[in-house]
Amino acid sequence: MLTFDAVTLRLAGGFALESLSFALEPGRTTALVGPSGCGKSTVLRLAAALLKPESGSVSIGSQMFTARNANALRHRLGYVLQEGGLFPHMTAEENVTLMAKHLRWRGSRIDERIDELLALVHLTPEHLARRPSSLSGGERQRVSLARALMLDPTLLLFDEPLGALDPIVRHELQRELRQLFRSLGKTVLLVTHDIVEAGYLADDLMLMRDGQIVQTGPLRELVQAPAEAFVADFIAAQRQLNDVLSEEAE
Amino acid sequence: MSRSPLRAWPALSLLLPLLAAAQGDGPGRPAVVIGSKAFTESVILGEIMTGVLQSEGIPATHRRELGGTRVLWNGLQTGDIDAYVEYTGTILLEILREDPAADDARLESLLAEHGVVIAARLGFNNTYVLGMREAQAEALGIRRISDLRAHPDLRFGLSNEFVSRADGWPGLRAAYELPHAEPRGIQHDLAYRGLAARSVDVIDLYSTDAEIEYYQLRRLEDDRGYFPRYDAVILYRQGLRSAAVEALARLEGTLDEDSMAALNAAVKLDGRQATAVAAAFLRERLGMNVAFREDGRLQRFLDRSLEHLRLVGISLGAAILIAIPLGVLAYLRPRLGEMVLAATSIVQTIPALALLVLLIPWLGIGAKPAIAALFLFSLLPIVRNTQAGLRNLPPDVRESAVALGLPTAARLRLVELPLAGPSILAGIKTAAVINVGTATLGALIGAGGYGEPILTGIRLDDMGLILEGAIPAAALALLVQGAFELAERRWGRWEVQRGD
Repeated sequence: MLTFDAVTLRLAGGFALESLSFALEPGRTTALVGPSGCGKSTVLRLAAALLKPESGSVSIGSQMFTARNANALRHRLGYVLQEGGLFPHMTAEENVTLMAKHLRWRGSRIDERIDELLALVHLTPEHLARRPSSLSGGERQRVSLARALMLDPTLLLFDEPLGALDPIVRHELQRELRQLFRSLGKTVLLVTHDIVEAGYLADDLMLMRDGQIVQTGPLRELVQAPAEAFVADFIAAQRQLNDVLSEEAE
Repeated sequence: MSRSPLRAWPALSLLLPLLAAAQGDGPGRPAVVIGSKAFTESVILGEIMTGVLQSEGIPATHRRELGGTRVLWNGLQTGDIDAYVEYTGTILLEILREDPAADDARLESLLAEHGVVIAARLGFNNTYVLGMREAQAEALGIRRISDLRAHPDLRFGLSNEFVSRADGWPGLRAAYELPHAEPRGIQHDLAYRGLAARSVDVIDLYSTDAEIEYYQLRRLEDDRGYFPRYDAVILYRQGLRSAAVEALARLEGTLDEDSMAALNAAVKLDGRQATAVAAAFLRERLGMNVAFREDGRLQRFLDRSLEHLRLVGISLGAAILIAIPLGVLAYLRPRLGEMVLAATSIVQTIPALALLVLLIPWLGIGAKPAIAALFLFSLLPIVRNTQAGLRNLPPDVRESAVALGLPTAARLRLVELPLAGPSILAGIKTAAVINVGTATLGALIGAGGYGEPILTGIRLDDMGLILEGAIPAAALALLVQGAFELAERRWGRWEVQRGD
């Protein structure tokens, strides 16, 4: 569904992706994990053509991103940022319907789609009338998700979607997202630094280090059969509640 | 400030326009344009010329107080004005850079090369004189300019034009080998007050100045014959219709030094309006009945407000239309943007007065060059704030807009420009406030506005008149500032509480 073919990109500051290749299968959720600066967000930006590879190509379905078709291809993906990236001067509804209106959807079609989305992301029409500044952090992420889903894209990209939320809201949204991913059957690529969240939400984990993919597979596989010591170290470095409690007991 | 000695005239002044229209040249002919420099004598003479033409049934308008020699001479060349009074010494030395001893025939042939003709010699010689306070001159024993050599400590306060012109200070200093320090440049009408207040000791005068008597000044004898003759002559552009030339020629020999000084005194010291003084002169000397209109203060205020708002409105409107797209371009194409910003910054560094005068050869005098200069000055704040406002948007907002697949134009229109709005508005506010203040300088080149009473007020030492221009100009600037701040507060409201 999303294919990187020998993508090379060098950014200011010495960071580089060297000939990165991978392909996401349709309908599966993949979590990109790895230490800070490993290139997770760069991969996501390349997938939305916010960055242009120096060589190699990025394709959605069978179509390769070019300067010409970038905007048309972007209509087939939804993009959700950590802080939502909502437009502060528009109401939630204007944010959600902006693209559909730009593409001249009929009013009735927009209304129908809004009703579906409200049910899907658990928002009320009252929320939609408000500006982002008067919504809570969790509500903003729901609006952002609704905006990403508006055109019914085949690919969803998430950059730390729950990173800025307090733990209770985060916990609730994790559960909802998991249900959503299962029921919608879309291809999802999500970036998170939290390996537990990754294992909970995604079918596969893709672990990166220094611009390279180290290992791809379900969490269980990474735990049981780490491809190299780094994989085991990275998983072990995530301290769990039980570890903290047992350390305190000592 | 009662200066309407001819109140008994209203019936006549109602009648005269009708008469003038009846015997006039018809509506098709453009009015003859008379010009004057920014000093009292020139304005009175401009009014006299206008009055003569009007009483002969020739439509004429007077563009008053158009700054200095250069502006008037250029105006004559470009056809913005048809006639004005110049002084022979100024023509030879300053304009044509010729020997000031040239005779009349030589002067006339030189003028003809520029398409300019003398219509009349008014009859007085208004040459430069150096003047001192009588008491001080007496105490120091100074009677002649050469006596100044013995007193190198005396402070000179010379009019700005005199300091720099060829027949002014540089030549005078050389001719008399004066040892004095560089003189202070000062506006001519303020020089008298500086002298009276003892902040300067020697100033340059015109020999027909009304103040010489009033301030009890001693004229220093030009014992080396340095100053040339400055005979007042009416210059006109070749091609001016003959009826107008004949009318102007009636002023030949009508004024000697004393009568000119008396007219100057009537305006400067008695506070009468130049228009009224000119009308009285024409009636008494030539038996002409001249209609003159004296507007009430409210009418003057409304006229000037309209002129001022027109200058500001047109220039600012045009600047907004051009500068916002330039700012967007600077944002989309950063390298090109640097060049755009550099170019508009350079314009900003040109002094306003210099830019106004530089524009005269292309745009003539009046509102056009003033609007062009104000337009150029308004560009930079708007271009800069548009570009900065767009560049400083939160990156996640821009990324979201791009990732949605919005084309560049729609992205700018729907997301980026509305969000940069407060910054752009602040740029327009800066431009507008600067614009309102700078527009007062437009009066120097005949653009009208609030600068006009300020200019006249300085000339006549009339604080009331100065305030008549300064107060509305300041009030308008505050009003503009307030209006924009209100708009900013409304527009920027979504920004107030961002985040949780």
